[in-house]
Amino acid sequence: MGSSMSSTIVAARPLPENRISPVFRFAMLLPGGLVTFFLILFALGLVVFLAFRGNDGSLLGAGLTAQNFITVATDPLYWTVTLRSLVIAGLVTLATVATAYPVAYYLAFHAGRRRNLLLFLVTLPFWTSYLLRVFAWKIVLAYNGVLNSAFIESGIWKEPTLAFLNTPAAVVVTLAHAYAPFAILPIYVALDTIPKSLLEAASDLGARPFTSFRRVVLPNSMPGVLAAALVVFVPTVGDYVTPAMVGGPASTMIGTLIQSQFGKANDWPFGAALSVCVMLVILCVVLVARGADRRFGSRT
Amino acid sequence: MSARTDINAGGGWLGLYVLGYLVFLYLPVLLIPLFSFNNSIQAAFPLQGFTLEWYRTLYGNPALSGALANSLVIGVIAASGATLCGITVSYMDLYGRSPLAATISAIARLPILIPGVIVGISLLILVNLIGLGPSRVSIVLGHILVALPTTVVVMRSRFAAIPKTIREAALDLGASDWTTFRRVMLPLSAPAVLSAFMLAFLISFDEFIVVFFLAGTEPTLPLYIWSQLRFPRSLPTVMALGTVILAVSFIIAASAEILRHRGLGVARRNPA
Repeated sequence: MGSSMSSTIVAARPLPENRISPVFRFAMLLPGGLVTFFLILFALGLVVFLAFRGNDGSLLGAGLTAQNFITVATDPLYWTVTLRSLVIAGLVTLATVATAYPVAYYLAFHAGRRRNLLLFLVTLPFWTSYLLRVFAWKIVLAYNGVLNSAFIESGIWKEPTLAFLNTPAAVVVTLAHAYAPFAILPIYVALDTIPKSLLEAASDLGARPFTSFRRVVLPNSMPGVLAAALVVFVPTVGDYVTPAMVGGPASTMIGTLIQSQFGKANDWPFGAALSVCVMLVILCVVLVARGADRRFGSRT
Repeated sequence: MSARTDINAGGGWLGLYVLGYLVFLYLPVLLIPLFSFNNSIQAAFPLQGFTLEWYRTLYGNPALSGALANSLVIGVIAASGATLCGITVSYMDLYGRSPLAATISAIARLPILIPGVIVGISLLILVNLIGLGPSRVSIVLGHILVALPTTVVVMRSRFAAIPKTIREAALDLGASDWTTFRRVMLPLSAPAVLSAFMLAFLISFDEFIVVFFLAGTEPTLPLYIWSQLRFPRSLPTVMALGTVILAVSFIIAASAEILRHRGLGVARRNPA
């Protein structure tokens, strides 16, 4: 109400925004412009450029070739690892979003006076060291670690088991835990902006609570769910720390391969080509999410 | 009103679920402080008794204090840079009325959609190209980039929460753009500036994935921890160090969160 009123008043007279001085504009755009165009766009452009070069040991490679991409496309190793990364990231995304939804729902509709405290508690781990969160799972799952010793101490098992650490399952659990706080906020924001009158209308029109959830709350929160899925999927699909810490050789992910190309394997152009492939995969996922968002009809 | 009661049904079970979720969220992390006081080299039950021995090993360790100094210096510089960029980018996005400002703001939030490993290698190529090589300056550049989406989002929501009429009044009364920005808008968003700075510092202080590629011979704290993880004997020391880092992170994050919400109520209660 207030904003529409003020905008009519503003429209009735010359807009103050038109007076922005060029010097002020330049000074204000400079820092952000430098960082975004140089550190983000130019750096990403370098990766794409390098991906089409051959490896001759120099910084920017030599020649112009598609050989890196041909290798990625024809060697089954890269298909296996890419598929594994997608499955692991997909499972992690599914697990985090599904477990976060009820928490976001509680925060939006039930938390009452405790809402701010709870919001604070679920976002706090977001600001703690990712490395330490992963490290915590290493000591939980290790052969002589927390879980094994707890089971033996309580008499459930007699021998410690190797089954926890160095498995893809360990990677999924660890990543799901590490990225859990990412999923709650976008869903909470989407749920919180649903007008309460909409729910009252549904209930007045005779919808049972479950129907009202399925037909009103869930569709209206889909933009938040998709945003949550994206912010969990992107960092997990390229992760290399968790596979190295708790995954073992059977859970090598695409991020691990990229990292080794810029380390031990020392084939930067090939690593750049792998990175371009990952970015293309993420682009596809973003486009699918956009499409889904439109289909579910975001309210804005 | 009936919707209110309908929707409240089942809140008790949901409350229990949220409690369980919080336990899952915090329990693994809280094991680090627990075992850092445990008198055993292994992180296993039963606990072997209380000790401060592992905290004592943190003192007088030149590699550790060097890494700590690096992390602090890099964190402060990177956070200053990221906050400056966050302020200017979001301000121009909201009030600049130019497609360029909107584009910059959109690109500034792009790193959310790029996995850390790719941010790391793209910057590694860049800093080698411009002759910096892996160094502390390179880490600062990387951390400005990693913290940028956060500072932009924090500052943008704060600027957007200031009633438009306040800025328009300043401009109508003859204040220049620069004066309006410096004397009106910036003071009104001061708590958010501090909050953005603290969060950016935390991001830099805890960051591992990008710094892994950009560090030269002088590691940061997370890199020091990573190098120690290879040695089982140093596990308790890592846990003591981790406990200190967790405690610092909790305190800074909590202060930033309190700051972010402070003063907003005043602007909302008296809209112009």
